[in-house]
Amino acid sequence: MKNIKSIFALLVLSLGIVSCSDGTDDPLPVADDPLEGFNLIGSFETNGHALEIYSEQEGFTTGYNELFIRIKELSTGNYVSDATIHWNPVMHMTDKTHSCPRSEISTTGEDTVYKGFIVFQMASNDDEYWELDLEYSFGGSTYTTTEQITVNAPSDGKRTVNVFTGTDNVKYVLAMMPLTPEVAVNNLSAVLFKMETMMSFPAVADYTVAIDPRMPSMGNHSSPNNEDLLFDADTGIYSGKLSLTMTGYWKINLKLLNDQEDVLKGEDVTEENEGSSLFFEIEF
Amino acid sequence: MKTIYPYGAWSGHLGNLILALCLGIIPLSPQKAQAQEPILAPIIDSILPIDLKEVIVISSFNKGIEHKSQPKPLSTLDQYLESSKKVSMVKRGAYAWDPMLNDMTSERLSITIDGMRIFGACTDKMDPITSYVDVSNLSDIQVESGQQGARHGNVIGGALDMRLEKSDFRPLGWTGAVETGYESNNAAQIAGGELNFSNQRFYVDMDLIYRKADNYSAGGGEEVAFSQFEKYNLSTNAGYKVSENQKLLASFIFDEARDVGYPALPMDVSLARAFIGSLSWLQDRFIGDLENWETKLYANTITHIMDDSQRPDVPIRMDMPGWSDTYGFYTQTELALDGHHLMGKLDGYYNRSQAEMTMYPNDPNEQDMFMLTWPDVRTLNSGIYLEDKISLKEASVKLSTRLALQTFNVADDFGLNSLRIFYPDMAQRQTRVLKSVSTHYHKQFKALHLSGGFAYGDRAPSVSEGFGFYLFNSFDNHDYIGNPDLKNEKALEANFKMALPIKNLNIAVEGNYFHTWDYIIGEIHPELDVMTIGADGVKVYTNLDHANLYNVSLDMTYKLISELDWSGLVSYHRGTDQNGRNLPFISPLAYSSRLTYGHGNFSGTLTLSGALDQSDFSPDFGEDRTPAYTLLSLSLGKTFSIGGDTLYAKVGIENIFDRYYSTYTDWNNIPRMGRNFFMTLSYAIN
Ligand SMILES: [Cu+2]
Ligand SMILES: [Cu+2]
Repeated sequence: MKNIKSIFALLVLSLGIVSCSDGTDDPLPVADDPLEGFNLIGSFETNGHALEIYSEQEGFTTGYNELFIRIKELSTGNYVSDATIHWNPVMHMTDKTHSCPRSEISTTGEDTVYKGFIVFQMASNDDEYWELDLEYSFGGSTYTTTEQITVNAPSDGKRTVNVFTGTDNVKYVLAMMPLTPEVAVNNLSAVLFKMETMMSFPAVADYTVAIDPRMPSMGNHSSPNNEDLLFDADTGIYSGKLSLTMTGYWKINLKLLNDQEDVLKGEDVTEENEGSSLFFEIEF
Repeated sequence: MKTIYPYGAWSGHLGNLILALCLGIIPLSPQKAQAQEPILAPIIDSILPIDLKEVIVISSFNKGIEHKSQPKPLSTLDQYLESSKKVSMVKRGAYAWDPMLNDMTSERLSITIDGMRIFGACTDKMDPITSYVDVSNLSDIQVESGQQGARHGNVIGGALDMRLEKSDFRPLGWTGAVETGYESNNAAQIAGGELNFSNQRFYVDMDLIYRKADNYSAGGGEEVAFSQFEKYNLSTNAGYKVSENQKLLASFIFDEARDVGYPALPMDVSLARAFIGSLSWLQDRFIGDLENWETKLYANTITHIMDDSQRPDVPIRMDMPGWSDTYGFYTQTELALDGHHLMGKLDGYYNRSQAEMTMYPNDPNEQDMFMLTWPDVRTLNSGIYLEDKISLKEASVKLSTRLALQTFNVADDFGLNSLRIFYPDMAQRQTRVLKSVSTHYHKQFKALHLSGGFAYGDRAPSVSEGFGFYLFNSFDNHDYIGNPDLKNEKALEANFKMALPIKNLNIAVEGNYFHTWDYIIGEIHPELDVMTIGADGVKVYTNLDHANLYNVSLDMTYKLISELDWSGLVSYHRGTDQNGRNLPFISPLAYSSRLTYGHGNFSGTLTLSGALDQSDFSPDFGEDRTPAYTLLSLSLGKTFSIGGDTLYAKVGIENIFDRYYSTYTDWNNIPRMGRNFFMTLSYAIN
């Protein structure tokens, strides 16, 4: 009787062990495509390479574009690591040619993936188009290519980039960084550049972007506990807090202040003035 | 003092009582008394009445006399409550009035149905618990002031317990009744019926009532738009005697109201529905000398659909549905000892309250605007209540205490993140300890009864007060934000009553005083922007340092002749905060005077009621001065015998002079009903 009991106990125990170890027996995950989940929005075959550009968005869009680049050697199918890449987006308009704000291209944790951002301030149209100049080097050789790209306005038509001339007569580009809005306190970030020449857009530091979110469809009410966007020297980004008290369409009225606290652009929202001339839009 | 039982002995019993309550939920069979301690002391059953309790008798037609004495038998439950001495009703229309006791509303009261906790699902208090029952299924309402109501829960103002009518094993066999009524002012039609079977082993009661009313007209004939309603209520009660000593009871209520207008509010209710059920086990004898053991399990679920689809002009269309589910239990037992009558109760409930708001932009291409106004708040409350009634020589003392633990959990992340816009460090859960102690002394000098007591109690914030998100209050035209950091509200209470019968005259003077610390109320935060279009500002629930409330009343009855009774009531109330600022919804001096005639099968009632000018109003909370008014109402009733059955007819006129008036309890000063003729017919099949 005692034996049967202990056998039974053993059985139960071993069953327990088997069922416990079940969960940890999974095979190790195979290294996935690091850019899985991103959209391939451009693939340019040149010099025996394919330059692949990935984005979270469907394509090149006006405003802030976070872009990932890979270089594939067509002969081997391998992705290149240890490359340096430079880019220059140029818009060919009927009367002039200009560039736009963009970052340097840096490496990521994945050594075959490079990243950077471009802020397109205008969309392509039938007569005016964008070209992307790319210069990349690896293995001691340098290659160049120029590819035409199409930049679209965002499908929801919401404004996420502002191009304007401040009271200091400087032309600025202010772009909202991508945000997944929630009914909560959101981290809102933006990048600010000034247009020095048609081709040079240096980043602007130490200004302030004051925010005043409003719901125009609901009496233009505001939300509490927002924090203006301040410059972070480490990241080069302006960040602050955006409170959204409900879903729907929000207009984030903006004011740009320089380091002397002078208002360069934008107006206060008052009873008489429904919105600022400088704004971002969110709808969710 | 010879009647006092040795302390040690009865504290031992108290221990047993607690232990039995803690363990005793399981044993369903009678525990044979082990005869370990044969108590020979006579059980004193003549405990003097010392509760400051008012019982509002509702009772159906089958109870004959009580029914007849009602001026308006098929009136709404709200009207029954309104006619009581202690309860007043906040009105947002013709339906679902919100009861107030000692000038305090639901968050400071416990409102129960047969001891069951139920919580309304409306963020705007459109569905007080009293709206989910009807006169058809109630026998009476027990009104207990202040901490006297602590048996039912943590309260400040008191408790209302609506007790369901039960045949209760009386050997009546099959009985039934049909009732119908009509009211001229709002073309209200009322139809009801009941069918009961009862014998000594088993009973089942079924009640059904249906009401439909159009808009009512104020005095002078002005129609009050959106004051219509339609509702029906179905209820069943059943009991089975398992043995002479053991009973199993079940009750079920289904209540549904549709198309309810709220003229004082910007929104109406297309559906308010409740399912309320319970199962009880009753045992006359419990463990040892413990008796009257009752254990109840209950559950209820409420759906409240609020919208503005019927309103022609709104700045923005919106839907605001709400849900409230409650699961609870209690188990209680009594112990009679030499001079002591002890009662102990363990209770608990779990409630989840959720409400949302969807606003539809005028531009159809825009996304809907959505928010959680009650963020799925889970409230768990468990408590223990102990009471001892001690009989002394021509006097008695009642001691009672409650200790409870209440936890809140904001279960919905969307809602939690919404609240964290205001309270970035807000915790998802919080726990509060709630306490109550009360002592009450009653002394009799010949015919004169004197009683008085002191009590202390506290309460946790309500779901709206703690976790509400932009709840619009149309009374003061502000959006309200809950505050999870609120402290418990605490009140010290003193009360007295003196009753003196002099021949045919009965005079009673009664009063109470509440000194409330951390009084919870909404205060304006000027830096916050309104959400609701057209609102004047935003208020956040805050603890006031303290507030004082007192109520005094003089109640008289006089038997003029054996057929004719007169009763009169005058009451005065006052409520101020620490700066002397008036609190809202405090009654001005109010009075009523009633003549009741009853002779043979004929009865009649003439009622005069009114109030003086409300001079101590609270402008900060949206009140203005409510002028004085006086009303006169008359009702006449007669009983006919038809074979073995009875037909009872009652006719009456309310607001005979068609006065246009509103009272301090009328939300946004909506006028009350003008002249109204009513008629009810009740036919009982015996
Ligand atoms: Cu809104
Ligand atoms: Cu409602």
